[in-house]
Amino acid sequence: MVELAIYAVLVIAYFFLVLHFLGGWLHQLELRHRYTYAGVAILLIIGQAVVLESVTTFLLRILRGRSE
Amino acid sequence: MLFPISGAHISPIYLAVVGFLIGILGGFFGVGGSFIAGPALRAVGLDWNFAVGTDLAHIVGKSVVAAKRHRALGNVDLKLGLIMAVGTIGGAEVGAQLIQMLKRAGNVNLVVSVVSIAVYLSISTFMIWESRKTLASSKGRLQKGKRDHSEFGHVAHAIQRMKIWPMVKLPVSGVTISLWVILLVAFVGGLFSGFLGGGAGYIRMPSMVYVLGVPTHLAVGTDLFEIIISASYGTFTHAVKGNVDILIALVMHTGAAIGAQIGAISTQYFAGPKIRLAFVPLPLIGAAIVIYTLLSGHKL
Repeated sequence: MVELAIYAVLVIAYFFLVLHFLGGWLHQLELRHRYTYAGVAILLIIGQAVVLESVTTFLLRILRGRSE
Repeated sequence: MLFPISGAHISPIYLAVVGFLIGILGGFFGVGGSFIAGPALRAVGLDWNFAVGTDLAHIVGKSVVAAKRHRALGNVDLKLGLIMAVGTIGGAEVGAQLIQMLKRAGNVNLVVSVVSIAVYLSISTFMIWESRKTLASSKGRLQKGKRDHSEFGHVAHAIQRMKIWPMVKLPVSGVTISLWVILLVAFVGGLFSGFLGGGAGYIRMPSMVYVLGVPTHLAVGTDLFEIIISASYGTFTHAVKGNVDILIALVMHTGAAIGAQIGAISTQYFAGPKIRLAFVPLPLIGAAIVIYTLLSGHKL
């Protein structure tokens, strides 16, 4: 459960950082450069997926290792 | 919390929990889960156009995680997924054009609702019949894990025997089948995706099992891989039209990432017919939502 709690804290810190630093910029991009925004949106979600997949794989490996 | 792109105030915890639940469903069944995500985003006041576009962006992220996990488990046929992506995108465009035609005729809501209820109920009825029959006929022989068998398998074998050039060999799935059959299955999935919204995994996953003869575990993993490509295309077109709040999708995805892993790993412990039987309530939930919308006049 410690790992899940750490994951939750990391995730909360991450999305506050994302909203703080990227929120305004993405909003402006969405208003002014739609095609660039569309490309950036896909890159962001795929990038986050790849990073979180590694983090959650590591986390689940630890959790499964403990239960075996 | 304010999400500036859509102007919506939504709790990030709510988004992460919704993402987590949809992630489990997606990882286990190979579906996008838009029939839950759309209403869940609408329930907190997001406009319908943003709910549809943002959900697609979130589906991309969740499918990357689940497909990577399924690939590690040997459940993804990359060749099949790439071929299907072509048919899906073509079908999605035709589905979207049909919607535009119905909009001009002024009866889009009624037609889409009736078609979707009929499709959802048909899929559930057929799958409950087939998977129960398969489980009953193989009682005592079926083990947990990737063993697969279907009472409807003779239909897929008959389709595989149709030698319509060019034939495609899919060693990972253990199937040799006409390219046109794959494209047709993908096109129909894409058509429903464009017509009814979402990724249409509820059509594509069963079609891959019953029509193409792909084992259930591979159908789930390959469908997720294919969804990455088709949902990315959908996200791009919706983002250009101003229908995507990527910040909401990123927050939802933090929950979905772990849910998708759990769902994908869980498939190892269930035989194909059991996964298909457990799939049955998903289209029924979709049908219930549409019936509610039709009767009450409120969009969930």
